[in-house]
Amino acid sequence: MKMTDIDIKSLIKNRKKTDLQTMISMFLIKFFTYSIVAVLFLILGKIVYEGSAVINRQFLTSAPQNNMTEGGIGPAIFGTLVVVFLMILFAVPVGIFAAIYMSEYAKDNVFNRILRVTVNNLAGVPSIVFGLFGLGFFVLFIGRGYDSIFGAGLFLGKPAMLWASATLAILVLPTIIVSSIEALRAVPRNQRIASLGLGASKWQTIKNVVLPQARPGILTGVILSISRGAGETAPLLFLGCAFFLPQLPVGYLDLGLFSIPMINPAEQFMYLSYHIFILATQSTNPTITMPIQYGTTMVLISIVILLNLTAVIFRYKFRQTMNEIKRV
Amino acid sequence: MERVNDLNKSPYAKSKSKKTLLKERIIKYFFTINSLVVIIIFTLIFVFLLQEGLKALDVIAIKDFVYKTVFENGEEGKLYQWYPTSEQPRFSLIPLILGSLLISIPATLISTVFGISVGIYLSEIASIKTREFLKPIIEIFAGIPTVVLGFFMLVVVASIFQDIFNPVNRLNAFLASIGLSFIIIPIISSLTEDAFNAVPKEIRMASYALGASKFQTVFRVLIPTAMSGLSASIILGFGRAIGETMIVLMASGNAAELSFELFRSARTMTATIAAELGEVSQDSAHYFALFFIGLVLFVITFILNMVAELILNRMRNKINY
Repeated sequence: MKMTDIDIKSLIKNRKKTDLQTMISMFLIKFFTYSIVAVLFLILGKIVYEGSAVINRQFLTSAPQNNMTEGGIGPAIFGTLVVVFLMILFAVPVGIFAAIYMSEYAKDNVFNRILRVTVNNLAGVPSIVFGLFGLGFFVLFIGRGYDSIFGAGLFLGKPAMLWASATLAILVLPTIIVSSIEALRAVPRNQRIASLGLGASKWQTIKNVVLPQARPGILTGVILSISRGAGETAPLLFLGCAFFLPQLPVGYLDLGLFSIPMINPAEQFMYLSYHIFILATQSTNPTITMPIQYGTTMVLISIVILLNLTAVIFRYKFRQTMNEIKRV
Repeated sequence: MERVNDLNKSPYAKSKSKKTLLKERIIKYFFTINSLVVIIIFTLIFVFLLQEGLKALDVIAIKDFVYKTVFENGEEGKLYQWYPTSEQPRFSLIPLILGSLLISIPATLISTVFGISVGIYLSEIASIKTREFLKPIIEIFAGIPTVVLGFFMLVVVASIFQDIFNPVNRLNAFLASIGLSFIIIPIISSLTEDAFNAVPKEIRMASYALGASKFQTVFRVLIPTAMSGLSASIILGFGRAIGETMIVLMASGNAAELSFELFRSARTMTATIAAELGEVSQDSAHYFALFFIGLVLFVITFILNMVAELILNRMRNKINY
């Protein structure tokens, strides 16, 4: 009888101790988590508060004036849109096709394992290294090579939009591949089996059964890669980002009788993220340019957050549909 | 029955199936080629860095990447300096590597505490509703462009820091570490959450059924079980910290000094490439030296990634058994 008495007492003591431990540790974990959330909102709040004062239609469309102390960021927005568009053009087909191979065709062999390791490692390469590669390979090797072979003078052998977007395309390739694979794998296996059982070929199954269902998931990856590309700065530092361009990089394609305006991808460009970097570090008069800087930051942040939110919603809906399908 | 047999034997059916087979094969090769492109690109990056980086060894001795011997007043001294543009260029990578570590190690430590806390909160404590609300917010945090964080550290946080810590330099290694941890916390937290979710439910139930408290379950059962996942996430976060450019370029002050002080300016390998590649003439010793730094960065991050992947693979195998 005495023994159990002691046991219960020590148990109660122990219980109190663990309760206290739990309380303190859970409080700390909660505190750390919510302080991160608070910091995020502080950063966003500060940028929105300062930025919204400058943003109007003129700011979004006009070019910088008076040594960047006045005017807007029109050319930077334009440059960002064009470079990201070209990037998507380069990266999305290769990324999605590679993902289809990896999830639908590949068996568990050496090639596929190397492929998986490659994609993972490509995602881990520092972005500045992509910049080195872009300058050394695209600009100096391919661009200069083209110029000297075809005697084009200095046409492609200089930092330009084309090379910037090609480099960004490599940078976002893993993002597209990984989320496309995830989307393709989410399509239930028995649907593939059913389609094959009905006599459809493998390609017909992929085209008519798998891809239509995986489409929202794949789109999520594309959206995420757009946001990643628009926010990236380091690789573009030496790939044709300009401090200031008075004119849009538009050339006229001469067709004899008439000429049509075309975006010239062999030109330099302005970029939103690079514009923020330049204004922050090389501004001639920081107090005057500060509002413009906050405005630019707010525009970039809004673009990136809107894209990310869209991706989050897309993925959420995609997962829900997939879960429903599985339940049926 | 006979009809079916006839159909299968008919030359039309045969030719069609041959045609579709050929088409199927072509389509398969098309996808294979596209994934081959990914491998080719990666190899190309490595080979190219190797080729340009190793050219540096033709112009600069390996020893010079560590220190430069100088004679002053008849005495021999070693200089660990990075002054690539002076008359007697010095290419020691020691201050740059030191700078990278001085910034990324504190950043990783801070992010480990916060990142793992967020991961535990999301997977073990938060209700489903809170999680659905918090996860997108953390993801948005991960999506903030690094240049924006760099700008914020440079303009807003640097001034606050100056008042609180009174640092030697306004822009210093610690400021850059804080900036870096903003991007590493989401990486560590999401991988931590994955690692915790991978722990089978039975283990949790068993722990609670034995009378363990939440604290005991999380710290004595779940963390040891998910340890490999956690360490992989920390390694990946560290790799990201070493490779990050914009935040350190803007917030660290960029002085290549041989110091261990957190509140002094520091210069990382990434920031060196970013700051100097634009002004360097092609095919100079300096140009190749920058590619050599790029090669070093590539190899470091490659090794860290491989180690993390090995750990994660082992974890997956363990849990499957």
